[in-house]
Amino acid sequence: MNSHAKSVGLTRATASVFAKELRVEFRSFEILTSTIIFALIVVFVFSFAFNPSAADSRRFGAGFIWIALLFASALMLQPSFTRERTNDTIAALVLAPIDPFAIIAGKLFANFFFLVLVELVLLPAFSVLYNVPLLGIIGPLSGVMLLGTFGIATVGTVFAAISSQARMRELLLPLLLLPALVPLLIACTGATMGLLAESPELPISWLAVMACFDLVFFTAAWLFGGYLLEE
Amino acid sequence: MSVENKSSAALQALASILVSAMIGIAIYGAFIWAPNEKTMGFLQRIFYFHAASGQVMILAFSIVFIGNVCYLLRRKPEWDWLATSAVEVGLVFNTISLVTGPIWAKPAWGIWWDWDARLTSTFVLWILYIAYLLLRRLIENPERRAVVSSVFGVFAFLDVPLVYFSIWWWRTQHPPPLIFKPGGLSPEMLKVFMFTMASLSALMVIMIWQRYKLESLRHTVEELKIEAEYRNDGGAR
Repeated sequence: MNSHAKSVGLTRATASVFAKELRVEFRSFEILTSTIIFALIVVFVFSFAFNPSAADSRRFGAGFIWIALLFASALMLQPSFTRERTNDTIAALVLAPIDPFAIIAGKLFANFFFLVLVELVLLPAFSVLYNVPLLGIIGPLSGVMLLGTFGIATVGTVFAAISSQARMRELLLPLLLLPALVPLLIACTGATMGLLAESPELPISWLAVMACFDLVFFTAAWLFGGYLLEE
Repeated sequence: MSVENKSSAALQALASILVSAMIGIAIYGAFIWAPNEKTMGFLQRIFYFHAASGQVMILAFSIVFIGNVCYLLRRKPEWDWLATSAVEVGLVFNTISLVTGPIWAKPAWGIWWDWDARLTSTFVLWILYIAYLLLRRLIENPERRAVVSSVFGVFAFLDVPLVYFSIWWWRTQHPPPLIFKPGGLSPEMLKVFMFTMASLSALMVIMIWQRYKLESLRHTVEELKIEAEYRNDGGAR
């Protein structure tokens, strides 16, 4: 937080961290492949648990999609800090002359990007497996998905930074994350359910809740997230 | 030092006796003195402790939030002690309101639980602050623990209004608060309710105070241990 700690602009530093996250991931595709497979398995397993008809799929589909994404993100977000810890590369990042929030923000946008890639596989698979056509509502649905995913990535990245400093971190992250995401889950499923209905409509109040959630927690991450990286 | 300790102990004893007396009077007021409610009858009397616990819980969690933010800005361990003391006390009142709620709801609504805004947000709060305590247990270094749990505490507290309003839009069945509206409560009922709230708040203060002292003693013990180790090392050399 000292003045010399900001010799590189926040935007540029964030972009560098973002690019570095993508480079690391695209070398191996470890996290992306396992998260995509996990999300598909969750959606797949739901069909055995509920055996839904076409009408059921319209009604419960929104819940399937968001629960699959929530569980997948609780798994996926963990490595974004723990894999820095194994080689202590986080110390190098923290020592860099940048605002510590740039590290959180770079990882946040990278996680957001990865989750969007997961959704690009998950949604078509859902549409085919549950016979719910999504092409007609693709515009508003992408808006809902992006707003919701940004909220998950924001709180998830900060909480991954929190849990990476504790024992039993793999178990801890879902415990912290899932209850905190309750309002977002309600808004996301509410909005998606409206879009999946026979006569699709986009409930504006849910979009407002999602935007509010994103704004509140992104600001909180900006104000307080940097403290998590002090050594 | 010992004179100070003695007078502080006397003050504590006095405060504890006073709060116990207040709780006793509140119980008398809630279960005997207050008039029976018209439709719900005797059952309504649980409301005095149920609603007051809910309010005191919010008060305690607000103290947690203040402690968290002040710790992050000032870095005095005292703020962290205050926050952790208030979390534990807040959880006690949170649990009371969660347990008394269904006891009232079963005869009044015919169901133990409903996924309504107040019930669900109280439940989410309970989970979030239990997660807060769990997180604290899983970090050894006291300074790391204080920083990390403070950030989590800030996020948890900011979540509360969002949880409440999202569930409120989703569905709601909890009776809206009638306390200060005309025709809501009879004057006797209002008196009893206000008195119960005051005595539970006093109980909260005294519990946080005691818990804070315990945390500060723990800190002293840790420091003495480090000092003793240091001295032993010096002696060996």
